[in-house]
Amino acid sequence: MLPEAIQEEVLAKAVDQFDSSAITAGHKQHGDLILEIAADKIISVLTYLKSKEQFNRLSTITAVDRYPAQPRFEIVYQIQSMDRNLRLRLKVRIGGAKPEIDTATGVWQGANWYEREVFDLFGVHFRNHPNLARILMPEGYEGHPLLRDFPTHGHKYSYQNE
Amino acid sequence: MSDTVLSVESDTSSEATEQGQTEQRTRKMTLNMGPQHPSTHGVLRVLLELEGETIQNAIPDIGFLHTGIEKQCEALNWQQVVTLTDRVDYLSNLNNNLAYVLAVEKLLQIEIPPRAQYMRVMLSELSRISSHLVWLGTHALDIGAMSMFMYCFREREELLKIFEFFSGQRLMTSYFRIGGLALEAPRGWEKMVAKFVAEFPSRVDQYVELLDANPIWTSRTKGIGYIDPQRMIDIGISGPLIRATGLAHDLRKMEPYSGYDKFDFKVSTQTEGDVYARYQVRMEEFRQSLRIVKQAMDGMPGGPIQADAPKIVLPDREKMKTQMESLIYHFKIVTEGFSVPEGEAYVAIEGPRGELGYYVVSDGSNKPLRVHMRTPSFGNIQGLPALVEGRLIADSIAIMGSLDFVLGDCDR
Repeated sequence: MLPEAIQEEVLAKAVDQFDSSAITAGHKQHGDLILEIAADKIISVLTYLKSKEQFNRLSTITAVDRYPAQPRFEIVYQIQSMDRNLRLRLKVRIGGAKPEIDTATGVWQGANWYEREVFDLFGVHFRNHPNLARILMPEGYEGHPLLRDFPTHGHKYSYQNE
Repeated sequence: MSDTVLSVESDTSSEATEQGQTEQRTRKMTLNMGPQHPSTHGVLRVLLELEGETIQNAIPDIGFLHTGIEKQCEALNWQQVVTLTDRVDYLSNLNNNLAYVLAVEKLLQIEIPPRAQYMRVMLSELSRISSHLVWLGTHALDIGAMSMFMYCFREREELLKIFEFFSGQRLMTSYFRIGGLALEAPRGWEKMVAKFVAEFPSRVDQYVELLDANPIWTSRTKGIGYIDPQRMIDIGISGPLIRATGLAHDLRKMEPYSGYDKFDFKVSTQTEGDVYARYQVRMEEFRQSLRIVKQAMDGMPGGPIQADAPKIVLPDREKMKTQMESLIYHFKIVTEGFSVPEGEAYVAIEGPRGELGYYVVSDGSNKPLRVHMRTPSFGNIQGLPALVEGRLIADSIAIMGSLDFVLGDCDR
């Protein structure tokens, strides 16, 4: 069942028709349509949107850490249809001790670096990613800096006793 | 190539055969280009796997300029973040300011007065010109047209003087603020901008004349670096590179922001999709940006430069001295900033290099929960392997120049 707020949205209806269990929540804010997708359905939904709904561009993939709320992470996909001049934001909520999600590199080649960035800065693993290595932080770096419980200053060195 | 380091991975150049004779074979090697190589325009390291002089594979290695800007954004209040956005893409800082403030203003749902909108459009177009000037100068310098660099930086100096006149800073302007502009434009700005607008078209003609009549330039750029446009989109390349293949993908037209729908300009496109076409696209963008600047100057409305939102915008100095409310608002804004309603917004603008998007998430407090920057250089550098594959090393220099990346923009 579609959430009430987005029942009239054409795109939400199309995704719901494609897979009625895919959309878990959704709303519209300041004109942007935001759909929350079940974690195991995201790749099939992205494939459907790319092949059938002309969403040919992936703008970016990023994550939001909602710590201490659970599930902790939101993986955010910003996609765009150049022909229809439409944007859509998809979100997947994941959590647990070892957060994991399927890779979107099979849908868009360009997802590669964005997923590496999310892995590097948030520690989210992307299953079947061709090269899931750190991209911005140096190799061998410990920790994932964009986590909310990672300190902005004094990660390794504390100057409090000096 | 004085800065490159050779590292031979598998040396199979000569091998004794059964007859005891040596046989020449192609030498496969890995060439480490950068991070200090001048034509990588910053600190990009590219591992080139070569067969002879042909590039078989290129592996960009980024992150040398990573300064954790997205993390720092979470420690500052909403208005302070503007100063960090300058440092993301330091060649087009006004465009970065604009994308960020538009995203926050979308969350706040405040209306920006027309004068501030026109000023923003005018200055971000000047910023686009200044960014393209650096591109043209360095790109031509890489290919061997030394004098272009001098000419381009001469004109860029004029633009930096204009930015300094407006904001007090040449590079890190932070001139656009949430709710409008930092300051009213100083007296005499029209004269300064008009002088530039009057002079610059002839300069662009000069550049075109200098380069198009140069056989080295044309032979090193024509027919180089073409890949299928669909593949480009798939990899995530945006901006002038896409427009050089004939697709009119320009967010100023597709999703008009900050009043761009009121301006008359043409999306600059070419069809060949090679390095030369990208050059032509950007040259036309010089002229189109000038048209926008001219229209903004002619139609510059009067009125306030800041929104009517006393909880967000700093009050007038004079009012502060006489009115109690203004004093309270001033104190609150300066000490703790303002809070932004819970929610999220993604705003993408057409930066000089492509889609420049800011995704901001608020939890209702006075600091952002998350600021994500979708920077065009990050997407474009990802396409580098596809663009240089199967080309000569010398071509890769031209291709990298045509990508026009800024490593600060890429690594954040």
